[in-house]
Amino acid sequence: MRDDLMRLKENTLQALSDLKDMDELNKLRVKILGKKGELTQILRGMARLSPEERPVIGKMANEIKDELESKFSEKMQLIKKAVQEQKMQQEFIDVTIPTKPSIGSKHPLTLVLDEIRDIFIGLGYEVVEGPEIELDYYNFEALNTPADHPARDLQDTFYITENILLRTQTSPVQVRTMENKKPPLKIIAPGRVFRSDTVDATHSPMFHQVEGLAVGEGFTMGDLKGTLVKFVQEMFGHDRKARFRPHFFPFTEPSAEMDISCIVCSGKGCRICSYTGWLEILGCGMVHPNVFRYVGLDPEKVNGFAFGMGVERIAMLKYGINDLRLFFENDVRFLKQF
Amino acid sequence: MLVPISWLKDFVDVPQDINELTKRLTMSGSNVESIQQWGQDIKNVVVGLITKVEKHPNADKLLVTRVNVGSEELQIVTGATNIKEGDKVPVALHGATIAGGKKIKRSKLRQVESAGMLCSAEELGFDDHGLPPEIQEGIFILPEDAPIGADIKEYLNLEDTVIDFEITPNRSDCLSITGMAREVAATFKLDFHQPAISLKEEAEKNAQDLAQIHIEAEDLCHRYVARIVEDVVIKPSPLWMQRRLQTCGVRPINNIVDITNYVMLELGQPLHAFDFDKVEGGSIIVRRGKPSEKIETLDGVTRELNENMLVIADKNKPLAVAGVMGGANSEITSSTNRILLESANFLGSSIRQTSRQLGLRSESSMRFEKGIDPNLCLKAVDRACELIEQFGAGKVLKGYVDVFPGKTDPKVVPFSPEKINKVLGTDISSDEIVQILNRLEIKVNTKDDGFEAVVPTFRMDITQEADIIEEIARMYGYDRLPITLPEGNVTHGGLNSEQKHLRDIKDLLVYSGYSEIYTFSFVSPKVFDNINAPEDSNLRQAIRILNPLGEDHSIMRTTLMPNMLDVIRFNLSHKAQELKLFEVGAVYLPKKLPLEELPYENERISLGLCGETVNFYDLKQIIETIFFNLRIQNYKFIQAKHFAFHTGRCARIEIDGHVIGYAGEVHPDVLENYEIGKRVYLAELDLDIVLSRASEKIDFKPLPRFPASDRDLAIVVQEKVLAADVIEVMKENGGELLEKVELFDVYQGSQIAKGHKSMAFSLIFRAEDRTLTDEEVNEIIEKIKTGLSEKFGATLRE
Repeated sequence: MRDDLMRLKENTLQALSDLKDMDELNKLRVKILGKKGELTQILRGMARLSPEERPVIGKMANEIKDELESKFSEKMQLIKKAVQEQKMQQEFIDVTIPTKPSIGSKHPLTLVLDEIRDIFIGLGYEVVEGPEIELDYYNFEALNTPADHPARDLQDTFYITENILLRTQTSPVQVRTMENKKPPLKIIAPGRVFRSDTVDATHSPMFHQVEGLAVGEGFTMGDLKGTLVKFVQEMFGHDRKARFRPHFFPFTEPSAEMDISCIVCSGKGCRICSYTGWLEILGCGMVHPNVFRYVGLDPEKVNGFAFGMGVERIAMLKYGINDLRLFFENDVRFLKQF
Repeated sequence: MLVPISWLKDFVDVPQDINELTKRLTMSGSNVESIQQWGQDIKNVVVGLITKVEKHPNADKLLVTRVNVGSEELQIVTGATNIKEGDKVPVALHGATIAGGKKIKRSKLRQVESAGMLCSAEELGFDDHGLPPEIQEGIFILPEDAPIGADIKEYLNLEDTVIDFEITPNRSDCLSITGMAREVAATFKLDFHQPAISLKEEAEKNAQDLAQIHIEAEDLCHRYVARIVEDVVIKPSPLWMQRRLQTCGVRPINNIVDITNYVMLELGQPLHAFDFDKVEGGSIIVRRGKPSEKIETLDGVTRELNENMLVIADKNKPLAVAGVMGGANSEITSSTNRILLESANFLGSSIRQTSRQLGLRSESSMRFEKGIDPNLCLKAVDRACELIEQFGAGKVLKGYVDVFPGKTDPKVVPFSPEKINKVLGTDISSDEIVQILNRLEIKVNTKDDGFEAVVPTFRMDITQEADIIEEIARMYGYDRLPITLPEGNVTHGGLNSEQKHLRDIKDLLVYSGYSEIYTFSFVSPKVFDNINAPEDSNLRQAIRILNPLGEDHSIMRTTLMPNMLDVIRFNLSHKAQELKLFEVGAVYLPKKLPLEELPYENERISLGLCGETVNFYDLKQIIETIFFNLRIQNYKFIQAKHFAFHTGRCARIEIDGHVIGYAGEVHPDVLENYEIGKRVYLAELDLDIVLSRASEKIDFKPLPRFPASDRDLAIVVQEKVLAADVIEVMKENGGELLEKVELFDVYQGSQIAKGHKSMAFSLIFRAEDRTLTDEEVNEIIEKIKTGLSEKFGATLRE
């Protein structure tokens, strides 16, 4: 009987190793291990054994049964895997076939505006808006630029009536904000502005600015510098240098223009920066006392700073765009690059 | 403002290093726009003496000369006729370059060797306009004492560096060489020295006996100084002066005109010379123009004056438009014998207005507009007379006439060093502040209660403490101010909810394949015809720009549609296949025309779609997606008519009963107007309303505890029956238990009667508190069927 068991084991293992099909495996399993299987048949002869032999053979039979069970399940896993693999091979697809990503694009000016906005929001600024068709009072007079002020010549203005015009700058939002909100306040005001310039590669009758204003107590020109240096580094990278030059704006005093080290040559001098190493990027200054007086704030008590930048200019520098007209032509081959 | 370094050197010891000069001047407020090098292109041209002139053996129009250039004697062939033996001339040697970089080489002209070239003034870079005719015509004949062999660049001072400074409108005093010299002196801590003016006044008579000045319009003329010169000899001015004018961008004319221009550039005070014999009665009247009075100005144009304009006149006629341009009737000519030199101070705003009204700007008006120190008048006229005497251009009469109703004294501006440091964030000592101000010729008085600055009258821009602070800042150095971030003044940054929603809409559109466009706010009035707008359409109530760039940009847009169509046409013409575009921007809606108050700037969004695979439902889907994103529920798409859209494919969109816009396929006529050959789908929505209806409130409902019953229902109706109406009837009859209705198929074809369509719906029923029985659901379905049959004559599709 011991020999029968051993033979059964050997024969079964042999048969198993040749198997490739799940159905045949199941059949073999029933044939060997099933209720009426060969193992059971053999074990029926246990009764004939001596009481001494019985537990020895019983143990051996159980061990063989366990071993065969585990071999069967091992084999079953193998076959299952092979079948699965074969199926997947048949389901082969070409992953190199190109798709068409269905994504549009934000206009580069929106991208730059969003970036500017996010930087200043991080510095505690709110975003406010003002009308594009504006009163002369807000665009000029309350910004310390009364009628016939020579500074008006710097901006060729589109007029609607004698007193109503297309704003030439986002600065009027400064005045409107100070009229309605008590300091301390920090705002930026992005928007469209208009000047009577004929369209060419560097001029457009419509473009965009972002105005900034911080009003409170004890602001210094150092704070203005620090704020704008922070902006430049966030916008153009931390190795970008900033330079402040004296300039003139009617509504700030002292006034400055800020240059950044040239994006192309990093300050060595090239065609883009007219060999100066610097690129002019924005105007700024401490709010002029007269502007505070116009909005009924006491310049002895409050002070602050303001700045204004051209969005197109920043976008052109940031992306290396060389023609202002591209922004308003809306060629999708241009737009889709952003 | 063009500033030649050589001229600047008359007043200050200009630092040698041009880079250092421009860098530091830029940082002290005089921004450098460009640097021009004059005379650099001229090389290897020397003074030569013509020793022999002979006819060319083979050419009638050529001469063969022998020229002594110091080191040797050369044979040079020339075509000029104005030379003779003994003349000294500029000679371009073999290998020389002349103006414009043209190279000169040894060559043969009609078989005769020529070792170089004799040069004209133009070939040395002179503007020949103001040169004497004999120089203009041919070779530049040099003075007899010109040293033979000398480099012509050194001899004629041809080499110069000219810096173009950007002068800000507040610094009119810097529109002069002396003004810039003062800036150089202050920036580099150097002395500014202005040579004293000395006059001989050789004429017998006294100016006060001959000329009378009457200022009638004292509000517009603050000062009028006049000197008289007799025995005037009109001729070209000396070369050095012509050269200086030329490098400053001013054309030389004749000695008198050149002197007035020269003094204006040097001191910043415009002068005007009248032919005194044309001034009737010798009296100058400064008055307002008379209605319909006319004057012919020096440029030959007859101009009409009015009461807002200031005029220089004699008893009978206007002689000049004050500060802007002289009149032809008193112009200096070759026969002029006596001149009256005007050095006056006119009100800037008046000159600005006059100049604008006449469309006439001059170097003079440009300076007056920005304001000039009235204390400059006498110095300027004296300087001009000094030059006239130096050039032997006439005899200056004794004395002068000076009417000075607008006397101006130095301003006193109190300031405090603490305030200066507080604003700048610095710790500059009072001593340093005083030193800086002194360098700017501003005296400082120390008082018990602080300091006061005594500001010279030429610094018209300094009127209050803030101006003093700026002077300190720029001279101390903006680069030396600290870099700090604000302390205190705590504010909270962020976007408001409408700004956030707009950002979300843009993100959503971009992720759905739409590209954003930006178009001009002004459009052509023709756009309304282009989009089929009827004559009485509100859209035509557009705001007009008084001074547009052109008709195409003359009105403020009242709709975004034409701009979108323009962009679609543009891209189709560049072979774009599929377009999905959007724009966010304002339209400008006047409350009344002509405008009396600011218009309503209505923020809109437009969507444009075009391509083989897109249709109306793509457009509708993206709009509905926006509504879902903003949690707007109570909206409707209503079948509608609109002049710009296809009569069968247009929806009016409403939210809570407010019309917010239209969406549809563009009318074929409109497409034709835009020369677009493909179907285009367009929508324009009122963003102000959309954003105001957006909600951030999330209304959470517990997940259902009981299962739903699904039923499909396919009906056949006439083809013009609208899905929205069918769904409404279903909901009415379905009651609360009908949770959801979805249309999943619309079919027209062989199995459906003509003029009809089949619509297949999926209906989901659910009760909150129990599992519905089949009987319950069947009952509702029957009710719905009956409702549909009654309302639309709908039949079931089997």
